[in-house]
Amino acid sequence: MMGSENQGFEEAHLYASKEEMESLVLGDASISYSNSDYRSAMSNSLSDTHHPLSPPILPTPADSDPLLAPPPPYPELRNPSSHDNSSYIEPPSYSDVIFSPFDGDTSSEINGVDSPSPSSDSPISFSRSSSSNAEYIKITVSNPQKELEVTNSIVPGSNTYVTYLITTRTNIPEFGASEFSVRRRFRDVVTLSDRLAESYRGFFIPPRPDKSVVESQVMQKQEFVEQRRVALEKYLRRLAAHPFIKKSDELKVFLQVQGKLPLPTSTDVASRMLDGAVKLPKQLLSESVVAPHEVVQPAKGGRDLLRLFKELKQSVANDWGGSKPHVVEEDKEFLEKKARMHDMELQLSNASQQAESLVKAQQDMGETMGELGLAFIKLTKFENEEAVFNSQRSRAADMKNLATAAVKASRFYRELNLHTVKHLDTLHEYLGLMLAVHGAFSDRTSALLTVQTLLSDLSSFKSRAEKLEAASSKIFGGDKSRIRKIEELRETISVTEDAKNVAIREYERIKENNWTELERLDKERHADFLNMLKGFVVNQVGYAEKIANVWGKVAEETSAYARESS
Amino acid sequence: MWMEQQRSPSGSSQGPRSPSAQPYLSVSVTDPVKLGNGVQAYISYRVVTKTNLPEYQGPEKIVIRRYSDFVWLHDRLFENYKGIFIPPLPEKSAVEKFRFSAEFIEMRRQALDLFVNRIASHHELRQSEDLRTFLQVDEEVMERLRSYETGIFKKPGDLMQIFKDVQSKVSDVVLGKEKPVEESHPEYEKMKHYIFELENHLAEAQKQAYRLVKRHRELGNSLSDFGKAVKLLGACEENALGKAFSELGAKSELVAVKLQKEAHELLMHFEEPLKDYVRAVQSIKATIGERATAFRQQCELAETIKLKEINLDKLMLTRSDKVREAEIEYRELKAESEEAIRRFETIVRRMNEEMVRFQEKKTTDMGVAFHEFAKGQSRLANGIADAWRSLLPKLEACSV
Repeated sequence: MMGSENQGFEEAHLYASKEEMESLVLGDASISYSNSDYRSAMSNSLSDTHHPLSPPILPTPADSDPLLAPPPPYPELRNPSSHDNSSYIEPPSYSDVIFSPFDGDTSSEINGVDSPSPSSDSPISFSRSSSSNAEYIKITVSNPQKELEVTNSIVPGSNTYVTYLITTRTNIPEFGASEFSVRRRFRDVVTLSDRLAESYRGFFIPPRPDKSVVESQVMQKQEFVEQRRVALEKYLRRLAAHPFIKKSDELKVFLQVQGKLPLPTSTDVASRMLDGAVKLPKQLLSESVVAPHEVVQPAKGGRDLLRLFKELKQSVANDWGGSKPHVVEEDKEFLEKKARMHDMELQLSNASQQAESLVKAQQDMGETMGELGLAFIKLTKFENEEAVFNSQRSRAADMKNLATAAVKASRFYRELNLHTVKHLDTLHEYLGLMLAVHGAFSDRTSALLTVQTLLSDLSSFKSRAEKLEAASSKIFGGDKSRIRKIEELRETISVTEDAKNVAIREYERIKENNWTELERLDKERHADFLNMLKGFVVNQVGYAEKIANVWGKVAEETSAYARESS
Repeated sequence: MWMEQQRSPSGSSQGPRSPSAQPYLSVSVTDPVKLGNGVQAYISYRVVTKTNLPEYQGPEKIVIRRYSDFVWLHDRLFENYKGIFIPPLPEKSAVEKFRFSAEFIEMRRQALDLFVNRIASHHELRQSEDLRTFLQVDEEVMERLRSYETGIFKKPGDLMQIFKDVQSKVSDVVLGKEKPVEESHPEYEKMKHYIFELENHLAEAQKQAYRLVKRHRELGNSLSDFGKAVKLLGACEENALGKAFSELGAKSELVAVKLQKEAHELLMHFEEPLKDYVRAVQSIKATIGERATAFRQQCELAETIKLKEINLDKLMLTRSDKVREAEIEYRELKAESEEAIRRFETIVRRMNEEMVRFQEKKTTDMGVAFHEFAKGQSRLANGIADAWRSLLPKLEACSV
């Protein structure tokens, strides 16, 4: 994520929006509720109580406070203290938050509390692979550009699409280079995702960003494009974090090969069905068989309608039929794991929701604290200007202390929240991963279905052959046509046997993959969740200490009043 | 009881002391009890008076009062002590369903207690007969007094005053004076402007304070829910991680409790004092209104007298038999006018004194409120830090 990219997103209009609020004048400096301005204002006008605000925790480039200059799609993080009382800040939704200030080196020590390595490069793998793996791959998506589709279309101006610059830095030897870039469009990503789904059946393949069904006008809006850029980057980074997929040909080719993406494109459902329908009559008339090589792919994505129908029939028979199919999912452990995954998905979803509420509540707390501080700053100014009695000046001084503390505390709450969002995002990430788990499990199911269908085909072919043989043996000398049929049937049986064996091997392979992946998931999830918990807690502690500090000082400064009250 | 002026060193429930003992008057409002049914339900309070002042019936007296009795006292004082910033009452009534919530009742009781105590410690107000009445008469008498004031039976004097006000407004218009006469005293102008502006600023601060209370509650709730969700998630995990989750969930719920507690403290010791401040300013505004009225009356009487003088001279010149009558009228008017002037000047004097007291009092009140606020926030933050910190070694152990 490019910190510099964000400059393109007008900070000006964001500053303008928060300045519905009156700017205050304390002394000569104008206080507007922005961190950078605030800091200078505070140091100018409050020189008598000069609290150097704690050094910025986020080494943001001078002007881009994450709260003030996020890219426009994230108005959630706009400066909160406008005086428009009906203003309402949306909670940051995980996938939308950009942690641009966190890019690069942000593991600074703050007041002795180590901020956890907040790298958001690849949110999951980086923290895990920090120690052992020398392997490194970092993918960045940037620079969206409009391009014209070269078609013979009569309609002018149609078919523009957006491409993104995809830059990879890596030290993995298979890539043969350490830094390279390509331009890709979203359609290419869909292709990549489909090809991976075919090659990596049984694996937990990170789900790709959704195709969006929106008007072409919307497609070109900056907001949409930016959202998509973020989503693409996340997706590619997840792919690169997967131990097998990162070494895949598909990914390599996607990341490296210039020009047109050299992967077979997926055909849409309609044309596939059309193809299948054309072939169907022939299939029905002849003894159509499933060739062994076709069996490694699921029936669903293909053009063989007959096979599709057969497997569908088989699955219905499985569910409702009286007899059990010959091969069933017997692996108890797998079934248990499956149930556990399902349960985990439910709890993850719940936890993810609650985490979002928590983040919103923390944000609100910070905002209101800031607004309270602001109200007291105004009061201070007012009392000072209008003071007739010394008691007023004294009160103004007390108010200033309170206001300063409140504003500081507000800032801490909001910073804490940024960290919290980042940590709890892990929940959301794993929730998304559940989709990949579903995919892998359904790969298994459909492979099994293929096996079951072939077995039942086989058994029906064999019984037919038996019947024919029995019938023909009754006729002395044989029935030429029947004999021919028997031979054909035997041929069919042989091919189907081969297909069955291939299908069974495929099924076993997928089961293997499932297993490996489940183990990997457990291990990685264990590490990631632990990191999440630690990070979350460390931050809560750190910021609570800071806030306690701030208020402790004010309590001290006002301790004279404590003695007065009984 | 921070409002007690003098505290007798050896407790306050002893018999009348020797005349040389320090005079004291200590009041407290306690024990809210819900009485009555349905729409007519109301809260009654115990008002306990402990004193050695001779005007009072004995060292201790307990009466039962309700909110409208306090209103009666307030209105009487407002009538009879113009120029003094009468201590403010808590608001009349809240939204129906909130009216009997424990929190609201407690806040109201505190405010009423403060109200009476402030009266009892004000050097002029504490001597008022109305205060003595309020603190001592039994409930039936109080009820009669209360309904007499607030009912349709307005005192004849009130009616006269209302009539006069209308009259003077009419004559203003007739005489071409669209605007009522106002003082044009620059310092006073400044003070008025200050008061009106102050109210706005304070209202804003109070609003934010109230919101802050809400935020504490919301954060507490969401931490509590988050904790529960995390615990459930932990149940899906095995061994150390599952345990870590469940401990985190438990801590989260603990922190939520702290937040709820602090929300309550914030409401009672920070938001309420700010509200009280706003009410005090509103009371000053009412006094400003009284001063304006008194000023106007004074002016009008001065005008009327001038006219009467002219008339009298005229009559004397013409040796009319109306002279005697006119002279009597004139003298009465003169007396009235002097009375009006005196009233006005009393108000001015009182207001000046009150302003000094007000500013000092508010500095103290706010100082205390700020201190409580800071203490509370510091306590909360430290508590939160401690709670989370205790988890860290356990989390460390998990990754081993």
